[in-house]
Amino acid sequence: MILETTLDDRPEGSDGADQMGHFVTGELDLSHGVALYLEDITVSFDGFKALNNLNLAIDAGELRCIIGPNGAGKTTMMDVITGKTRPDSGKAYFGQTIDLTRLTEPEIAHVGIGRKFQKPTIFEQHTVFENLELAMKTDKRVWKSLLAWLAGDERDKIAETLRLIRLDKEADRQAGLLSHGQKQWLEIGMLLMQEPKLLLLDEPVAGMTDDETMRTAELFVSLAGKHSLVVVEHDMAFVEKLGGLVTVLHEGSVLAEGDLATVQNDQRVIEVYLGR
Amino acid sequence: MRKPLTLRILSALDTKSWIALGIFLALALLVVPVLHLNFPEDSAFHVSTYAITLIGKIMCYALVAVAMDLIWGYGGILSLGHGLFFALGGYAFGMYLMRQIGRDGSYGADLPDFMVFLDWKELPWFWLGSDSFGWASFLVLAVPAVVAFVFGYFAFRSRIKGVYFSIITQALTYAAMLLFFRNETGFGGNNGFTDFKRVLGVTITSPETRLVLFGLTAVMLAATLVFAAWLVKSKFGRVLTAIRDAESRVMFIGYNPLWYKLTIWVISAVLCGIAGALYVPQVGIINPSEMSPGNSIEIAIWVAVGGRGTLIGPIIGAFVVNLAKSWFTVSFPEYWLFFLGLLFIVVTLLLPQGLVGLWKKLMAKKEGAAA
Amino acid sequence: MKKTLIALLLCAATLPAQAVLDPAPVRQLAAEDSSAKVAAIRQLTQTADPDAVRVLKAMAEDSLFLAGDKVVIIEGEQAFDATSGEAIKMPANPESPTVNNRIRGELASALAALKLFDADVGVRLASAQKLQSQVTPEMAPLLARALNQESDAQIKALLTLAHAQANLANTDPAARLEAVKALAETSSPTIKSVLLPLTEKAGEPDDKVRYEAIAAVKAIDSRLAMAENVGRAFSGLSLGSILLLGALGLAITYGVMGIINMAHGELLMVGAYATYGMQSLFRAFAPDYIDWYLPAAIPVAFFAAALVGVVMERTVIRWLYGRTLETLLATWGLSLVLIQSARVLFGAQNVEVSNPSWMSGGIEVMPNLILPWNRIIIVGFAMFVLFLVWVLMNRTRLGMFVRAVTQNRAMAGCVGVPTARIDTMAFALGAGIAGLGGVALSQISNVGPDMGQGYIVDSFMVVVVGGVGQLAGAVWAALGLGIFSKLLEGWAGAVIAKISILVCIIIFIQKRPQGIFALKGRFVE
Repeated sequence: MILETTLDDRPEGSDGADQMGHFVTGELDLSHGVALYLEDITVSFDGFKALNNLNLAIDAGELRCIIGPNGAGKTTMMDVITGKTRPDSGKAYFGQTIDLTRLTEPEIAHVGIGRKFQKPTIFEQHTVFENLELAMKTDKRVWKSLLAWLAGDERDKIAETLRLIRLDKEADRQAGLLSHGQKQWLEIGMLLMQEPKLLLLDEPVAGMTDDETMRTAELFVSLAGKHSLVVVEHDMAFVEKLGGLVTVLHEGSVLAEGDLATVQNDQRVIEVYLGR
Repeated sequence: MRKPLTLRILSALDTKSWIALGIFLALALLVVPVLHLNFPEDSAFHVSTYAITLIGKIMCYALVAVAMDLIWGYGGILSLGHGLFFALGGYAFGMYLMRQIGRDGSYGADLPDFMVFLDWKELPWFWLGSDSFGWASFLVLAVPAVVAFVFGYFAFRSRIKGVYFSIITQALTYAAMLLFFRNETGFGGNNGFTDFKRVLGVTITSPETRLVLFGLTAVMLAATLVFAAWLVKSKFGRVLTAIRDAESRVMFIGYNPLWYKLTIWVISAVLCGIAGALYVPQVGIINPSEMSPGNSIEIAIWVAVGGRGTLIGPIIGAFVVNLAKSWFTVSFPEYWLFFLGLLFIVVTLLLPQGLVGLWKKLMAKKEGAAA
Repeated sequence: MKKTLIALLLCAATLPAQAVLDPAPVRQLAAEDSSAKVAAIRQLTQTADPDAVRVLKAMAEDSLFLAGDKVVIIEGEQAFDATSGEAIKMPANPESPTVNNRIRGELASALAALKLFDADVGVRLASAQKLQSQVTPEMAPLLARALNQESDAQIKALLTLAHAQANLANTDPAARLEAVKALAETSSPTIKSVLLPLTEKAGEPDDKVRYEAIAAVKAIDSRLAMAENVGRAFSGLSLGSILLLGALGLAITYGVMGIINMAHGELLMVGAYATYGMQSLFRAFAPDYIDWYLPAAIPVAFFAAALVGVVMERTVIRWLYGRTLETLLATWGLSLVLIQSARVLFGAQNVEVSNPSWMSGGIEVMPNLILPWNRIIIVGFAMFVLFLVWVLMNRTRLGMFVRAVTQNRAMAGCVGVPTARIDTMAFALGAGIAGLGGVALSQISNVGPDMGQGYIVDSFMVVVVGGVGQLAGAVWAALGLGIFSKLLEGWAGAVIAKISILVCIIIFIQKRPQGIFALKGRFVE
């Protein structure tokens, strides 16, 4: 399809036109220990409620897994957080001060939220190196890009990330030629280059080998603490490896929350997953 | 360690390309004038006025093709309204040329002939200052830029993409054509501007003036090529192609596509305006048919024939298609539209990368065979 | 004098039933002075006498002569006395009185007025209608008399108006006031111009009457303006119907395949030329049934356009699946080829397609509002086609498949919908509908090789405004754009209207980027 959805209900004065890089909503404030706070979020598509009074709070430095059957609203939730979909009602705050429902996608990226899509989305025509370069945290306004030239420390940073995602030998290859797992890693690498405070990862290990999956889990665990992570995943072994709290979504709201073992023994969760 | 800008511009093209560019400029600025002025018309070495006008005209088209390639080939945005910007540049400069006629028009009046014909007593406000070369040159840049900015801002802001954008640009140029067809609009209606006499006080049809305009067009084309090469190699160019390939990813890593698209859109429009301004004095006429949807879509086929996403491709395409056109319209006028129509179909079906792509494929095959 | 007396006596004796005209005005008909003749004509008209009709008719037919002192009517070898109507001996040197144009005009309206007393209702009605535009103050008593003895309601209404018009010159202000009030109810431009002089002090000394006249003109004006707007809206509706036929096909193919066919306008052209072809065939082989060529053209145009569509889809469009921008270019190429083919086959000039006789004329709703039959039929035709398409899309298996492919091509393919065949069918259907649009278009505009180009931009705008793959959106957008542009044309001119509509569409898209009826949800992107 050609046109993007949900622009019609964007609040006045937040077209992002005059705000590139400078935000009216203030700096990120994590002083109360909450990184992401969703309250009573409702999104409906033609009467179908994709999200139904969803409440969710992610602490700073937390690694949270979100599971749930198809159509539970996982992807829609990420769309709301990253500004792609505007909620019909409810609040979405990043830290104490930043109202996510008032920002555009690029602005949300700027305040420190990175997102990995369900289907790996990278720039297939660019080299691996260029993919990381484009993602790097820097001034992303037009005229800066016109005159941009990579400084030495920036090259070092890219090289470091390349090693971390084990693509240092592929740096000059066209990204479209990578394997599926490598593309997933590249997208994670791009996320890291953004230096976000909060990472949203939609099925990051789909299509990876077991070995790659385990390495990804290790990477995520090492990132927790410095960053907050929200991981949507179906692979229970991977979820188990990540540890941390698990939230179960069902029909657009939270069904259960707790560590994996608790959740897996929850009668309602079993019903939802196995049917009656 | 930041490289100075001049050095970066130098690195926009490789050595071979710089040499080719040098040869091209030498031909246009030295060889053609010498051949035109110093050899008699019956000599085999003589370059005729017809040839100079034709090549000059096609170089203007090539400039438009490069501008189109920047927005389509690199930005992934197909404009079917680029003829509008070309015509706006042409009209802006045409106003100056009309004023240069002075009292040599058929009515011998201070006002351009078509205004006398409409029984207008004074120049409309938007003709103010049109007798100044500087102001006209400013308008050549400013009018397409402003129109493109306003239109582009609203279109890109509401994330109009793909075929929708193409169709709306087509409607835009169509509406502008209707507007310029009206006599009351103040740009000569149907007939547009023609019968120019002078530019900067010198006779516009003299061989020297022609050669200067020809040379100027060649220099402009070369400069545009260098500028475009630098642009697409800069980080800006990489963001632009990234938007073409995965716009949502670009947004989620913090770039606002609106301003990137708008920048390349306006640059492209201004380049078209310049091409139009160079075209009018060489061809000697500008009228609203330049804004017809058919003309704009023809620009796209020049780019497609040559190969989009390359910088030399559009230039090759503009030359191939337009040379074919001038040959057909003289020899088989009734078959030209068949040829053009089939060209559209064949190129999109069989040559998606254009002639440059075909050449690359052939070379790769040859290398493969050699190895 | 003696002779006349004898004649009168004779006349009274031999034809007792026949009334005798007043001889003075009859004699005056042959006077030298034109004004005297006019006065005589008017005086005779007043009598509403059948004999007066006979005399005036004779004068209008140049068979009235003056023989010495006598006015006679000569028909062939026979002569009659004008006053009594009895046959007389052919006079020696009959002189023809001068009948100039002024007199002729006077005679015509006098005869028309006298027809008001005809025994035949039809004749009276025709006369009353004809009178409306040529009422003179002198007719007031005549009209009053006619009104008095008239029984037919329709004629009575007409006569009331005519009487009121005649009464505007009445010396009694009360009568004038009454007349103005009666006329205020009308909505005809002629009556407005009759009333106009009364709105000024020079034309109407009485304040009360003048104010009433001003109010009446205002009332007529507003009704006239309304009629004009209704007329425009109606022609907008018919334009919208054609846009709809163009846009329906575009919307279907865009919905199913995600491509926009730039040669769609040329499919309209194919339909129009098919209509022309049928007309030529009927002219050549069945000239008696020429009025039937149009119904016969409908299926022919549908299948001709559908066939061209299938060829286009199979040879070009199918191979560009997923490359939407290139499809724009390739289909543009197709449109060039089709246009040039039409030029080669039929010539570059427009060809003539005429309305069948049952499509000419129209319904007169108001004096300045005539709804032409051809446009009414086009609107009805479009609605009929729309209904068929709706049935096809919602009640048949093919429609279900088409809707399935529109929503999710991959999934439809997985559950066994033959997507490639559906593409072809949908494209043929869209092309066929465009062909029907061409039939309709041939009835109200020129048929020529370039005709499709003018409609294609508008059809696209309909799709843009209406939203993707939405029949309802296309319907509202087509009719709305058609009516809106015609109304706008009325007070801003065609070009400004077109430009403002484009600007409106761009503004509209700011608010609703997906058209009126947007698909919402996670499949959108």
